[in-house]
Amino acid sequence: MSAPTTTPTNPSTNHKYQLRPDLQRIADWITPGASVLDLGCGDGVLLAWLAANKQARGIGVEIDVDSVTACIEKGINVIHSDLESGLTHFEDGSFDFVVLSLTIQAMHNVEGILREMLRVGRIGLVTFPNFGYWENRWQILIGRMPVSETIPYQWYDTPNIHFCTLNDFDQLLATLGMRNTARVVLNEGHEISLLPNLRGSLAVVRFEAL
Amino acid sequence: MTNSVGIVIPQKIAFETPIALSSGVTLPRYDLMVETYGELNAAKSNAILICHALSGHHHVAGKHHEDDKAPGWWDTMIGPGKPIDTDRFFVIGLNNLGGCHGSTGPSSIDPATNKPFGSTFPLVLVRDWVETQARLADHFGIRQWAAVVGGSLGGMQALRWTITYPERVRHALVIASAPKLTAQNIAFNDVARQAILTDPDFHGGDYYRHGVVPRRGLRLARMLGHITYLSDDGMGEKFGRMLRSGEYKYGFEVEFEIESYLRYQGDKFSDYFDANTYLLMTKALDYFDPGRHYGGDLVAALRDALAKFLVISFTSDWRFSPARSREIVKALLDAKRDVSYAEIDSVHGHDAFLMEDAPYHNIMRAYLNRIAAEVNV
Repeated sequence: MSAPTTTPTNPSTNHKYQLRPDLQRIADWITPGASVLDLGCGDGVLLAWLAANKQARGIGVEIDVDSVTACIEKGINVIHSDLESGLTHFEDGSFDFVVLSLTIQAMHNVEGILREMLRVGRIGLVTFPNFGYWENRWQILIGRMPVSETIPYQWYDTPNIHFCTLNDFDQLLATLGMRNTARVVLNEGHEISLLPNLRGSLAVVRFEAL
Repeated sequence: MTNSVGIVIPQKIAFETPIALSSGVTLPRYDLMVETYGELNAAKSNAILICHALSGHHHVAGKHHEDDKAPGWWDTMIGPGKPIDTDRFFVIGLNNLGGCHGSTGPSSIDPATNKPFGSTFPLVLVRDWVETQARLADHFGIRQWAAVVGGSLGGMQALRWTITYPERVRHALVIASAPKLTAQNIAFNDVARQAILTDPDFHGGDYYRHGVVPRRGLRLARMLGHITYLSDDGMGEKFGRMLRSGEYKYGFEVEFEIESYLRYQGDKFSDYFDANTYLLMTKALDYFDPGRHYGGDLVAALRDALAKFLVISFTSDWRFSPARSREIVKALLDAKRDVSYAEIDSVHGHDAFLMEDAPYHNIMRAYLNRIAAEVNV
């Protein structure tokens, strides 16, 4: 591993785990000492970072057995389970934050998981590819299904079944009695503030009950 | 023998302090048969206890003689460079009290009568085993186990340890186990027991003095057990409807390969295992219910635990199904304990916990690495 190029103010460099830009935005929103449930936690990099930098008490849920092993190697608590079967392991209000990064677009029961997130936790943090991103719109316009950095699959082999735009997502939250309490929109790791639903490829949304 | 602990010599350790058992009976003294692998470090922080299941014993890894056909029962897991790495950890295997492999049990001589205990040997519960294992830890000067590890009935002991001696267990690895048996599971145990109890050679448990063993009962008990330790798919894959001679014989001799396998396993088992021990072990399984003294609330029981937990189950295990392991996980989460859980894809049923399988062993190895880092080995 190469030595980190440090800017002393950036907490992401205090630790050996470098976070993806969307995960870094999520990490920035998590308060020190919080309890965090990371759904589809992959190799546990976010939870490892949060444990090292924010003294967070975290646990992951992951379906892939090799990723479960990777979490355990990092000393991260992880439950090997399929999110589609719900979060029955967890009691109401067990966590301060519940994270779901780049997973929602591949889930069958989107409403179910959002409800579960705010059942077991107080604040939901979700990241998803913005289907309203101009490159996606352009590809549709010229008659092709979008393939891009955040949607890297061909239509016939994609695990993604539930795409939405920023506006669609907010609409769903409202339907579920939830609200967007903060949002960052990214493109190639950089924040987009002007025309986010057009210029942003990836959304990071914090949501809570109304 | 690569990656083997090599030739090992069991030791018998005498405990002369009486032990009051859950059944109300006090044993004035007892022996435990033990094997150890690896070296106990100066801080005595690297000790791992291996708890055995129904028919297990102290011979967990390595061989007793060069020409032994098979190594110890968990040799795939334990040895230099293996998931439970004896280059780093000091591993203890024992034969539990009531066993028939050298520890004091029903077939041992009762010093009061100079005859085998037989029917007078008390029933022993999982919590009693934990008590004897705690004394074993004291014997070695081990204040805290780096880990207590067990599969099936062994996993129940690991779980019990964390409740009875919270401060003496750093990690509990509970594999293919359950928080308590279901009615169906108890039912299987009772059929096994009835096979033994109704064998004319059982003589109320005092068959030793008649110079016989209830071989037929023990054999049936083991055959039944084996069916429940395998999965339908696994059995189908291994035996299918294969015939030994390739054609029907229209009789009751061995025809199908599965019959041959079960009869062989039953015969082999009845040659070396003690029927009273089998009865005792199945009752220990049936009685296990750590939530019982907490108003039936396992969560309340586990709130006392300080250990961190790894729980593992196997998809095709129906005797100790993943759902039962998830009950343990749920209780641990509700009790705010540290827990990781893995559900390993396997066709090998309950037996999977004894078998070599890359994802299973990778998880064990990763978890043991974490323990090694904590105890600086």
